[in-house]
Amino acid sequence: MSLSRLLERLLQLIPVLLGVSAIAFLMMALTPGDPVQIIIGDQSITPEQEAELRRGLGLDRSLLERFFIFLRNALQFDFGTSYYHRRPVSDVIAERLPATIELSLVALIVALVTAIPLGVLAAIRKNSILDRLATVGSLLGVSLPGFWFGLLLIMLFAVQLQILPVSGRIGYSSEVPTITGFLLIDTLLHRDLAAFGDALRHILLPAITLGLPMTAILMRVTRASMLEVLRQDYVTFADAKGLSRRRVLFRHALKNALIPTVSVAAIETGSLLGGNMIVEAVFGWPGLGRLVVESIFLRNYPLVQAAVLLYAVTYVLLNFVADILYTVLNPRVKL
Amino acid sequence: MTDVTLAHTPPADSLFRRNLRDFRRNRLAMASVIVVLIFVIMTVAAPLIAPHDPNQTDLFRRLQPPAWMEGGDWAFVLGCDGLGRDILSRIIYGARISIFIGVVVIVLATGVGILAGLAAGYFRGWVDVVIGRVVDILLGFPYLIFAIGLMAMMGPGLFNIVLALAYKEWVIPCRVVRGETLAVRELEYVEAARALGAGSGHIMWREILPNIMSPVIVVATIRMANVIILEASLSFLGLGVQPPTASWGSMVSDGRAFILEAWWVSTFPGLAIVLLVLAINVASQGLRDAFDPRFSE
Amino acid sequence: MTVLLEVTNLRTEFTARAGLVRAVDGVSLQISRGECLGVVGESGSGKSVTFSSIMGLVRPPGHVTQGTIFFDGRDLRGMSAEEMRGVRGRDIAMTMQDALTALNPALTVGEQLAEVLIAHDETLPKGRAARRAAIRDRCVEMLGLVGIPSPDSRLRQYPHEFSGGMRQRIMIAIALACRPKLLIADEPTTALDVTIQAQVLELISDIRGQMGMAVALITHDLGVVAEHCDRVMVMYAGQVVEEGPTDDVISHPRHPYTRGLLASIPRPALRGQPLTPIKGQVPNLMGLAPQCRFHSRCPLAQPDCLVEVPMLSAGPGRRARCLRLEETS
Repeated sequence: MSLSRLLERLLQLIPVLLGVSAIAFLMMALTPGDPVQIIIGDQSITPEQEAELRRGLGLDRSLLERFFIFLRNALQFDFGTSYYHRRPVSDVIAERLPATIELSLVALIVALVTAIPLGVLAAIRKNSILDRLATVGSLLGVSLPGFWFGLLLIMLFAVQLQILPVSGRIGYSSEVPTITGFLLIDTLLHRDLAAFGDALRHILLPAITLGLPMTAILMRVTRASMLEVLRQDYVTFADAKGLSRRRVLFRHALKNALIPTVSVAAIETGSLLGGNMIVEAVFGWPGLGRLVVESIFLRNYPLVQAAVLLYAVTYVLLNFVADILYTVLNPRVKL
Repeated sequence: MTDVTLAHTPPADSLFRRNLRDFRRNRLAMASVIVVLIFVIMTVAAPLIAPHDPNQTDLFRRLQPPAWMEGGDWAFVLGCDGLGRDILSRIIYGARISIFIGVVVIVLATGVGILAGLAAGYFRGWVDVVIGRVVDILLGFPYLIFAIGLMAMMGPGLFNIVLALAYKEWVIPCRVVRGETLAVRELEYVEAARALGAGSGHIMWREILPNIMSPVIVVATIRMANVIILEASLSFLGLGVQPPTASWGSMVSDGRAFILEAWWVSTFPGLAIVLLVLAINVASQGLRDAFDPRFSE
Repeated sequence: MTVLLEVTNLRTEFTARAGLVRAVDGVSLQISRGECLGVVGESGSGKSVTFSSIMGLVRPPGHVTQGTIFFDGRDLRGMSAEEMRGVRGRDIAMTMQDALTALNPALTVGEQLAEVLIAHDETLPKGRAARRAAIRDRCVEMLGLVGIPSPDSRLRQYPHEFSGGMRQRIMIAIALACRPKLLIADEPTTALDVTIQAQVLELISDIRGQMGMAVALITHDLGVVAEHCDRVMVMYAGQVVEEGPTDDVISHPRHPYTRGLLASIPRPALRGQPLTPIKGQVPNLMGLAPQCRFHSRCPLAQPDCLVEVPMLSAGPGRRARCLRLEETS
């Protein structure tokens, strides 16, 4: 992939990012209800103080002006003050972000580790019982609502069998000073294996719940592309060369079959962002998703706005990465 | 416009019938259609079918287990929730919300998507650029985030859910229609219609649209399953229909408080969602295999 | 010359949704050591499937259902999948129609060449470094043999970085890497420009001479056969319809189908005369009645042709599947 082509793609991102920001801005700017009133609550203040507050928030300016101020601030990660926490929104978000990223990454790993081998096996043994089970499983995977599946897992593993915790990131007994914010990493850095195990047990069910639809989709993609690749001449030719079955399947077929899988995985990582809200709500996971839902009920609009923008920008960038990955992995596509 | 008779329209009808026959032969898909139909009947005839008033609370029946368990009562087959309301009746009424929103959102979105997609694919040029930009921007949001943001802005309510979902949903049929239109507009019979002096409107509605409906319908069914899950998710988060109206998502949410002692409160409404969504997914897979074999293996 | 490959009464069937397709039906053939056999027929005549069957490369829903295949005295049909892997690429190698699709786009040319050696060559040294160097030398040697300029630097390139003719040469290099006793060249020139076709065929002929290997040249081009093959075998609708020494068959075809094929080739000597295409179409291979398959298109057909016709002797070293041989002598 040439550098100029990469630059061109990057430039194409700009209008999309602008549009996304405009929508995130308008969503909250047009929300009925006066932010000043929300901040004031039941406190009594003078009209002068109220006007001062209004000016401080920039609410006396025109919508367009306010948008540009919003953009300028957003580029500096300044999203205003969280009404509820009375701290900068960016600080509050930064605090919650590692939990969400950690959960998403583990979910991604869970999905990749189960989906790829299953998809490959299903393709190699097409129409076998395993293939049928995998197909039914993938249909179920996209049909199960995450919030319900999560509850079922809790009822089974936490309530009935009592082998995994119901909610949270780590037990109260574990004391892990923050280094990276990722508990799985921090516990290891502190060489606290017990705490690491505890964190791992906590993240297991949420990660499986979050990763389920992605697993289903990736498995389908892997199976379909593996079937497609197995029909190709180069697989027949590899067989004609007398290579071992393992080499034909894994070196010749899988290397090509994984190209669509990897790029779909990048796109689906974006959809994990949406699933986060649900899963974090079900498992009491102290991440960004839960923060956003809470903030909606608290009418803490600056935070909701910042989070919507953050999610959207991440999503757009992930799609961009998916696009690039596809071309980089595919030596045939000349740019 | 003058009355132009167009002889070159492909025989869509016979193909349609053959596809329909293929679809009917798919037993699993037909079974799914029947399941969906049962849900639809439940929706329409809820007051007749439901054994109880879905909002009738009875504190003596609080968390009463399903009929086959100890303490159960066959008058309340699936048991009662935390306020002693009959779960089965609430599921039957909840189907109304899911199906209503699923259908209305998809019909709205497909309508808008067809208009926008036809315009973009047929006129190309700046129309295509403008619509394409809007589509790109809307695709830039994870679906649930977008809907949640809108719900936060508009406040809860049935109508607002429909809007919150439809605002983004139309993008999907729009892209399908645009792509198909681009492919079809250059075909001979469209060319012939244009040569005979048919207007743009006539060509789009009469010549192009009928020939691209298969993929549009297939996509619409798949998306309906998704919309139903999204609505349930919003309701689960408390951003959907407000209590006491029964919706499956909020019923599952209500049951979270009782997972230790009353598993049935959350489990059955969730099962209803899975059953409906699964049936729609299987049926749409069958539709796709029969009507649009390009996309199936 | 001793017989290298002997196939008797081979039958390969495909189970389709609509019924059973007999793609290869009772094919018998022989190839001697060092010999070049031309296999001619239209697409769908079963010529490619015949040789995929011999190599054990027919994939479900296709199956070899009948016949014996002896190669170098060994029974290929009786072999396990593992044993067949030892034969493929080492004793029998194959090139495919289009190198662009036959070479793996995601692997370097060097890797695709080296892996055959690694799979089959026991003469490679044991030590790691020595082994690596030996493999590399062999790869460079093979690319040089098929005429790739500066092979050393091109091993690390991907197939799409080569021209069509170069790719074809690379595929041939891969097939020949273990010096097979038989090369099956399936339409080696179809995907190439006319100018390059001749070069590739020349290359195959040259190497055949150097290595003394036998070649089965599958093609639909009788001109190619005339130039390069010792013997020719004509296939039609899953059966062999005529075989014999190339010169004899071409100068004096005995089966009406072969005659039709020859008449439909443009030739400089016959410039100005109209070409005579064969009328009609290849029959559907599903549920064929036991009768002459060329019957419906044959100018010599008689009612008594509606029986199963065996291969009949048609002169020294020649056979044809036709009841009207006296009319074509």
